[in-house]
Amino acid sequence: MTVQEKSPQTTSLRSRINWLDLGLRVGAVIMALLITSLILLVANAQPLKAYWNIVLGAFSSTQKVSAVIASWVPLVLTTSGLLFTFTAGLWNIGMEGQVVVGSVFCVGAFRFLDQTGLDPWIVITIAFLAGALGGFLWAILPGVMRIYGGVNEIFGGLGLNFVAKALAIWLIFGPWKRPGVASMSGTEWIDPQFRLTYLPGTSLSPVIVVIALIGAIFVALMLKGTHFGLRLKAIGKNDRAAHLLGIPTTRYFLLAFGICGIFAGVAGSILVTSKQFSLIPDAGFGYGFLGLLVAMLVNYHPILSSIVAFFFAALSVGNVELQYMGLNSYLAGVLQGFLVLFVVMTNGVRQRLYKKG
Amino acid sequence: MFSKRVWLVVSMLLILALLLSACAKTGPAAGEKFTFGMLLIGPANDMGWSQAHYDGGLYVQEKLPGTEMIYLENVFQGPGGQVQTGAELATDMATNKGAKLVIFNSDDMKDNAIKFAQEHPDIYVIHASGDTAWKEGKNYIDLPNLKNIMGEMEYGKMIAGCAAALTTQTGKIGFLGPLINEETRRFAASAYLGAKYCWTEYLGKDPADLEFKVTWIGFWFNIPGTTLDPTQVADDFYNTGYDVVISSIDTTEALTEAKKFTADGKQVWAIPYDYAKACEGADDVCLGVEYFNWGPAYLAAIKSIQDGTWKSSFDLNGPDWSDINNPDTSAVGFNKGGALSEENSALIDKFIGELGSGLNLWTGPINLQDGTQYLADGVAATKQEIWYLPQLLEGMEGQSE
Repeated sequence: MTVQEKSPQTTSLRSRINWLDLGLRVGAVIMALLITSLILLVANAQPLKAYWNIVLGAFSSTQKVSAVIASWVPLVLTTSGLLFTFTAGLWNIGMEGQVVVGSVFCVGAFRFLDQTGLDPWIVITIAFLAGALGGFLWAILPGVMRIYGGVNEIFGGLGLNFVAKALAIWLIFGPWKRPGVASMSGTEWIDPQFRLTYLPGTSLSPVIVVIALIGAIFVALMLKGTHFGLRLKAIGKNDRAAHLLGIPTTRYFLLAFGICGIFAGVAGSILVTSKQFSLIPDAGFGYGFLGLLVAMLVNYHPILSSIVAFFFAALSVGNVELQYMGLNSYLAGVLQGFLVLFVVMTNGVRQRLYKKG
Repeated sequence: MFSKRVWLVVSMLLILALLLSACAKTGPAAGEKFTFGMLLIGPANDMGWSQAHYDGGLYVQEKLPGTEMIYLENVFQGPGGQVQTGAELATDMATNKGAKLVIFNSDDMKDNAIKFAQEHPDIYVIHASGDTAWKEGKNYIDLPNLKNIMGEMEYGKMIAGCAAALTTQTGKIGFLGPLINEETRRFAASAYLGAKYCWTEYLGKDPADLEFKVTWIGFWFNIPGTTLDPTQVADDFYNTGYDVVISSIDTTEALTEAKKFTADGKQVWAIPYDYAKACEGADDVCLGVEYFNWGPAYLAAIKSIQDGTWKSSFDLNGPDWSDINNPDTSAVGFNKGGALSEENSALIDKFIGELGSGLNLWTGPINLQDGTQYLADGVAATKQEIWYLPQLLEGMEGQSE
């Protein structure tokens, strides 16, 4: 790569920044890979072989590619939802809990409507709406706590994550427990008629892909092309200034949380109807937290976030191959963690360079 | 400019995906290799339940050349667990690794095992500890490709209970239980029956003086933030006068804590579970371990697949009473630990001998925990009455559900 360091006067500042930007991001990825490789070497494993196995593990058969897509769907939904709150300058750490409560509401709807004899598709639709409602309500809470209680949404969200998990565990061990059983392994599975149908030979239901695409496109359009998105951005940059300019910031804060929660709830409903078929204590599967990482990694860019979410999904599925090699399953998590760490660090570096430039 | 770059990345990723899936191998490799997959709920080196299964797989590989085990650990959803469900991972084993048989090693994988067996009628499934294939059971589903295998651990638990009763100085036995279900209830109850028998028959003591308390942690092993911490539970037992803890979880925290207390000058004992060598390194506190020996049953099942005689069945395999520690014939055994006194060791042998010659502790009068009669005087329990025990027994302290 040849970057002209001493750019002539004619080169615009913008294109120089883009090259720098790209270089820094690539550098961050390389750094993350290097550190992870070091860890692999310490663990007596060949890094290149491990990485190649991850790639094989994610893409080497139709079944695997479909598994990657199936885990991309909830991740892209949580990431997309988080773009709203991030754009408004809010840290919705409570995303994971919102997915859990979405699952709780979804499973609750199935339990409630199980014996009604309604058409399965009607029941599934209601369950998804219930899930969305659950996520919405759980997301509004940290917003309300911040606006009216002065509680920073990071602490509010963090606390509510614990409460959500406690709620799930209480239901699993209490009112919704299997007859005669007290185990954290989950509630009774929903009736087969309520489970989304897979494509033959895969664990992927096509409906959820459509939902994810609609969600991702909706976010991109909303944030890029509407007044709502612009105002949200203005609040994110400087909420006081935005308020003085006449933007109803309180309402926008709550809207950002609410929309984000709806995405979380839908993700939770997808996990219930196409993966777990029941309520488990960790009903969010970590997709809320992972969504935060993805959104940070791409600097809150909608289209890029879908792509990076795909990459993360591939990592988490391909990771299984490492376990066949006898390596620990946490490795993909280590790589993901370092990636985010270095990208956030290079963001800092970039900002300093900008100031100088 | 920006979106061009995005499209470039997307298209490259897609091309990569297509290329890789095109050159992917499908189905098993050439030759007569028989690959079987194993989904372990815990780590393969947990010194407990999962390691016992893993060793069973190694036994098959050794006895039957041409077989190869592939396995995945920590197959559960939660912190430290898997992102994919048991059914998804089994599908991966069958579609991408050429596994002809997948062993699901935990009761918690029941729904996933059934789902997988239904979706893959051409792949054989063993679900250890389930009852799906039991025609006389409560949850029978007709699935020709699914077999249940379980060791008759009621006997192992009775022996453990006996060792605990013979050793305790305080008359208080703690039972460190996993989650509550039919299996764990009947094992806790069996341990109690064994303890009560040896307490009264061998020591001549009053059953009313024997305290037997069960504390459940909520899962087969510790999941921080989700289950009770077994280390804490064991500590609480030892701190409140329970000087023997029978562990019924997959891991060995009770043993570790017993060592700690004993090193600090307070002699206590523990009985681990599941894995034949679980007492290793804890001779000063370990009274013995009741363990599963899965190898022979798995070997027989795989042989039956190869020679075409496989049948769906519910196999409840007992100890080989001629030698309960015979690695080729006994599904359940008891290895004595270093802390079992010589005198008690002889009594344990006597107890095993009595069990082998027909002593049935599951004979009435037996009342349930709430006082209702379960078995009338002299009536022996049916297999179903033992398997589906609805409550703990009278005389036991602890939650029934």
